[in-house]
Amino acid sequence: MSVLIYAENAEGKFKKSILEAVSYAKAIADQNNTNLVALSIGDVAADELAALGKYGAEKVLNVGNDKLKNFVNQAYASVIAEAAKAQGADIVVLSNSFSGRGLAPRIGVKLEAGVADGAVALPEQNGGKFTVKKTAFSGKAFAVVELTSANKVIALTPNSYKVVETGGTAQVEDFSVETKESDFKQMLKDIVRSTDKVSLPDAEIVVSGGRGLKGPENWGMIEELAGLLGAATACSKPVSDADWRPHSEHVGQTGIAVSPNLYVAIGISGAIQHLAGVSSSKVIVVINKDAEAPFFKVADYGIVGDAFEVVPKLIAAVKDYKASA
Amino acid sequence: MKVLVCISNVPDTTTKITFTDNNTQFNTNGVQFILNPYDEIALARAIELTDGGKGSVTVINVGDATTEATVRKALAIGATDAVRINAKPHDAWFVAKQIAEYVKQNPFDLILTGRESIDYNGSKVAGMVGELLDIPSVSIIKKLDATDSEATVEREIEGGKEVLTIPFPFVAGTAEGVAEPKIPNMRGIMSARTKPLTVVEPVEVKSTSEIISFETPAPRGQVTLVPADDTAKLVDLLHNEARVI
Repeated sequence: MSVLIYAENAEGKFKKSILEAVSYAKAIADQNNTNLVALSIGDVAADELAALGKYGAEKVLNVGNDKLKNFVNQAYASVIAEAAKAQGADIVVLSNSFSGRGLAPRIGVKLEAGVADGAVALPEQNGGKFTVKKTAFSGKAFAVVELTSANKVIALTPNSYKVVETGGTAQVEDFSVETKESDFKQMLKDIVRSTDKVSLPDAEIVVSGGRGLKGPENWGMIEELAGLLGAATACSKPVSDADWRPHSEHVGQTGIAVSPNLYVAIGISGAIQHLAGVSSSKVIVVINKDAEAPFFKVADYGIVGDAFEVVPKLIAAVKDYKASA
Repeated sequence: MKVLVCISNVPDTTTKITFTDNNTQFNTNGVQFILNPYDEIALARAIELTDGGKGSVTVINVGDATTEATVRKALAIGATDAVRINAKPHDAWFVAKQIAEYVKQNPFDLILTGRESIDYNGSKVAGMVGELLDIPSVSIIKKLDATDSEATVEREIEGGKEVLTIPFPFVAGTAEGVAEPKIPNMRGIMSARTKPLTVVEPVEVKSTSEIISFETPAPRGQVTLVPADDTAKLVDLLHNEARVI
């Protein structure tokens, strides 16, 4: 028995959310007095692979198959399940990324495993019970789920577990697996990346704008503030519904749930659906001219004032802070 | 083209979530249940793709008789017919197994789900159904176009998107962007009463997970208000007190 972590790469690199998942998987391996094996699929340099040892992987299995260079949901799920079987791993950990969400259920079926998606804390293992806390009701609550199957699949929510360096180097091994043709029915035509921007699900700081900004032409200051803070930009539902901003920026119950260290809400009143998507943010700052806006009730810091006056001043203050830092 | 849309019956988005029985049961008292918003998107796109005699749309729900209003709503919006698997949806695995068993007997070209249900947010049913049927599945799509034999979809990835072509049959979870939800018109509402709704008894499934309890997020402390002309103070607090910048 061991723990297998699928270390998903983005253009050959492991992002922070993946290192969090490796650290998390290492802690689960420690709970069970067993070792952690990482699996990487696609083009990743040897030193990047070996560096996973720093976060607790004892061994890294590298699948360098040309057919598996780009993500193919079905085929990747097969490879991960095969690796779990080959390593005798009864717990498989993934990041609850967009790809992870596609993989976890398929791996669960292949391994006859219960799946805990959106995990936010380490499992608790008491008296033969294995329970995991996960998000539910779109951020309005958490559910504690017992996985009753022998094998288990856990997908970790980004930004909910700290990266922990334990300091080893991992031994990298090639792992070859037979692929079946029927796993390659989907064909990748194009990958479009907006490389100049921080991706919203991964962001540690999010600057978000609402209807109070009055129109898409006023997003310049939101983008400027986000740029200064190294933040991703986001918006409320009315804003994306009005096509002021793309749907991919919509944070809330029917959009993306985020859990950044800092969420700055500008001109957003704080409807219950929006609050659901941001409730696991560590610190919330609200800027709104309406002192009665419900968002202030869940905020840590607030400024009551007109966004068009406050945000330029905030940008100036952040510039001053950065100049002095 | 035959499209199957998997629908969930979920608490309305304005619901304040509370629990009973020592936080082990979701408190449904006074809660309005609705068609899962992401499933509405799937249903709307399915109707568009089959419009003008190009196919049919079946909706399937795993639920007891209390979900029937939601199933009828889907028929009113424009589904051709409906199937209800007569069982409480224990978990995603249970639901996926029921749907897959039904599809084995009644094949479809395209199976759509919402990207996730807004109650348990698993986004697992699409992938599990795909695996059980050994057909492709795409977790979260933002766009879906179809020809007779294949579809082109845009899949969301962190900081971008992938464009994929996939031959039928396959399963996909739809998100915003795929279609605008449709509002039922009077003709739809009237005809929904007479459209076929088949009730099917569930197959037995070995459970792999149980919800033990629920928790609500810890309440936040009082907000610290900063004067509008003292943004430097806010930056100072974020740096020195909150330590987030």
